[in-house]
Amino acid sequence: MTQIRALRRVASLLTTPLAPEDIINLVNPLASARQLRGVVTKVVRETPDSTTIHFRPGRGWNPHAAGQWARIGVEIDGVRQWRSYSLSAAVGHDPAITVTAIGFVSTALARSTKVGDILFLDTPQGDFVLPEHPRPLFMLTAGSGLTPVMSMIRTLVPRRPDADVVLVHSARTRDDALFHDELLELADQFPGLTVRHWFTREEGSRRLDLSDVTDLETLCPDWRERAAYACGPTDFLDAATDLWLRDGDDATHTNLTIERFAPVLLEGSGGEGGLLTFEKSDKEVEAGGDVPLLEAGEDCGVVMPSGCRMGICRSCLVPLVAGKVRDLRTGEVHGDEGELIQTCVNAAAGPVHLDI
Amino acid sequence: MTATTNRPTTTPLGDAATGVVDGTATTPRPRKPILAASGGPAKRPSAAAHLTDADVEQLGKELDALRDRVIATRGAADAAYIRRVIRIQRTLEVAGRATLLFSKKKTAFVAGTAMLSVAKILENMEIGHNVLHGQWDWMRDPDIHSTTWEWDFVTPAAAWKHTHNDLHHTWTNVLGKDKDVGYSILRMDEDQPWHPGNLGNPLYNMILAPFFEWGIAIYDLELEAVKDGEKSKDDLKKDLKAMGRKVVRQFTKDYAATPLAAVPFGSGKQALIGTFTANAIRNVWAHSVIFCGHFPDGVDTFTEEEIEGETRGDWYIRQMLGSANISGSKLMHIMTGNLSHQIEHHCFPDLPSNRYHEVAVEVREICQRYGLPYTTGPLPKQVYQAWAKVFRLALPNRPRPLPKNAAHAVNAPVPPRRSALPMVARVG
Repeated sequence: MTQIRALRRVASLLTTPLAPEDIINLVNPLASARQLRGVVTKVVRETPDSTTIHFRPGRGWNPHAAGQWARIGVEIDGVRQWRSYSLSAAVGHDPAITVTAIGFVSTALARSTKVGDILFLDTPQGDFVLPEHPRPLFMLTAGSGLTPVMSMIRTLVPRRPDADVVLVHSARTRDDALFHDELLELADQFPGLTVRHWFTREEGSRRLDLSDVTDLETLCPDWRERAAYACGPTDFLDAATDLWLRDGDDATHTNLTIERFAPVLLEGSGGEGGLLTFEKSDKEVEAGGDVPLLEAGEDCGVVMPSGCRMGICRSCLVPLVAGKVRDLRTGEVHGDEGELIQTCVNAAAGPVHLDI
Repeated sequence: MTATTNRPTTTPLGDAATGVVDGTATTPRPRKPILAASGGPAKRPSAAAHLTDADVEQLGKELDALRDRVIATRGAADAAYIRRVIRIQRTLEVAGRATLLFSKKKTAFVAGTAMLSVAKILENMEIGHNVLHGQWDWMRDPDIHSTTWEWDFVTPAAAWKHTHNDLHHTWTNVLGKDKDVGYSILRMDEDQPWHPGNLGNPLYNMILAPFFEWGIAIYDLELEAVKDGEKSKDDLKKDLKAMGRKVVRQFTKDYAATPLAAVPFGSGKQALIGTFTANAIRNVWAHSVIFCGHFPDGVDTFTEEEIEGETRGDWYIRQMLGSANISGSKLMHIMTGNLSHQIEHHCFPDLPSNRYHEVAVEVREICQRYGLPYTTGPLPKQVYQAWAKVFRLALPNRPRPLPKNAAHAVNAPVPPRRSALPMVARVG
C-alpha cells in the first residue's frame, strides 16, 4: 500500500495538474481521483418493472452491511443524477441494487442499464441493519421495500443455523412480487425462514390491515417477541409505526426499525420565498422570493462566495442540500440534491437548505 | 423505536440566528453593476446609438431566448463531445511525452514536441478555459467541473477565474475597469493616455507572446489593485504562495521529471528543449488568439459613463461590440478553444463551447437586423490588426481620417429595414 502511494506520488509529478488516475482512466474507466465508480457486471430482470443491477465497485468502496443503502449516480442525457438505493445482495458479495421503474431516474436505471455501464457511487450507509446479537426477527415489507430486507435474509438465513426469520411481504400481484421464487426456495431449504406473501390485487384479496393487530396475529402470532423491521411506502410505514406505538405500552416489543425511501421533499414552489438554512454556518433566515440567496446569506452573516453578481462567472456556486430554488432570470424552479446553485441569480422557492 | 431515513430530515438548529430579509433590504454594499430592469445608459456606445430603449430590450429578450434554447437542448451528445476532446488531449499528452523520451532522434523530437504542443493548446483553450467558465458544470461531473478543475498553466485556476470570469467578463472593454485592455502593460486603446514608456509596446508584446502564461500569472496577482489598496497585502501573499506552489509543480513536470525520464535514453537535453518549446508554442498561439478577441479593428471600448444604467440588452450589446471573432475551419475553432466565437462566448460565457458555432449564426443575424457591427475575419488578418494596433499606439494619437468600425465590420453597410418589427436600421 505504501509502495502504491509512493508510486502514485512519483507518477503525479509527471501528470500534474492531473492525478495519475485521470491518465489511467484512459484505459480503466473505474479510475478517478474524485469519484468512486463501479462497472455493471450483470443485469437481471426481476419483475416486469424491476431490475437488479450487479456492479463491481472500484477502489474506495467499503463492503456493505446487510440492509444498508448507497447513493448511486447515473448519467441521463449527459447530466449526472443521484438517488439512494438499498443494496439487495448478501454481505460478502459484489453489491447489487434492485430498482423499480418509478420516477425519472429509477426508470432510466431499470430500463436502460447494460452490462459494462459505469455507475457513480458513494459508500454504503444506513442504520437499518441486523441486530448485533442473534434474536428472532419479524420483517414487514411492501413493494420495493423488500430490497434491504432481502440483503438481510440472503446474508443471515443460509449462514446461520440458528436464524429465525418471519417475512411478511406485501405486493400487488405474484408477478409484481420481488424475489418471489428465491424466497420460497430459501424457505424450503432453511427452516429458519418463514415467508408469507400478501397480494393486494389478486382475486378476493385486500390490503394488509395494520389498523389493528388481527392480520399480524394471523400471519405471525409471536410477532411481539421478535425484533421487527419494516420497509415500504410512507403510508405503510406510518400505519406500522402507529400500530407498534399503540400496542407497545409494555415496552417489551417497541423494537421496530423502519427504513423510509422517501427523499426529503420540502413543500412550496410558489413565488413566496421560504426559510433558508445555511447548514455549515448554522444560520437560518426567512427570505423573500425575489431575494437572491447570495444576498440573503450575506445579510445574515454567512461568508458567501461571490463574483459577478449577475449570473456569469459562477464564483458563487453553493451545493443545494434540499429544497427548490427559482432562477430569477427565467423564473424556472429547479433544484436537485447536490446541484450547485448560482446563488446570485437564484432565490428560495419554499424552504431551502444550502451546504455552506 | 428507531427510525432510519435515507437522508437527514432535520437539521440541528443550535443557536441559529434567525432574521428576516425581504426584497426591500437596503444594506449598502460595494456592488458590481447590477443591471437596470429598464431604460438604458444616458449615452449608448456610438455603434448602438441608433437603438431605442425598446429596441435594446427586445434584443436582450431575443438573446436570452437563444440562450434558453441552447440550454434546453444540452445533452448526451455535448457530454460525449467534451469527454472525447479530453480523451484525445490526454492521449496526445502521454504520447507526446513518451515520444520525447527518444528525442535524441530528430523525428522523435519534432513529433513529440508537436504532439505535446497540440495537447497543451487543447488543454488550455478548448478544455481548461471553457471548463473553468462552468460551461460543463451542468453535467454535474466532479471530474469536469469549474470548482475542481486545475489546468496546465502557471497561474492557479482559482486566481484566473477571479480576474477573468469575474472581472474581465463583467467589465468587458470598460476602460479603467477591464484590465484585459492591454493587461496593464500595453497601450491598446486610443483613449488610454500616452506616455513615453508606451514606445516599448511592440517590444513588450514580442516578449509577452512566448511567455504569455507568465504574463497572465502576474496579471492575476492584481498588483495594481494592491497598489491602490483595493486588494490587501495578505491576499497578495496568499496568491503568491499559491502561484509559487503551482510554478514548482509545473516546472518539476516539464523541466525536471520529463527530461530526467529521458536521460536513460540519452535524450534528456532534447526532452528539456522539447517541453520548453511546447510551452512556448502554446503561449504564442494563446497570445495570438486572445489578442484577436478584443483588439482587432472594429472592436469598441467603453467608458464607465456608457455602462451606467446598462440593461441586460445593453450588456449584450457591449459584449458584441467589444469582441471580435475569427473565421476558419472546424479544426481552427477547436484549436482556439472556440474563442474564435469570441462574440458568442462573451454573450454566453457559460454555454458549452461546441454550441457556439450554431449560436453564431443567430447572433450574426440579430446583429444585422439591429444594425450592429459584427467583427470577424481570418486569423492572419485579425492577428495583423492586433499587432498593427500595438505598433500604432506605441506613438501618441494621430487624427484618423475614418471611423474604422464601419469599414471593417462585416455587417456594414446594413440592408434597409424590411420587417415590421420595431427595429431600426443603422443610420449613416
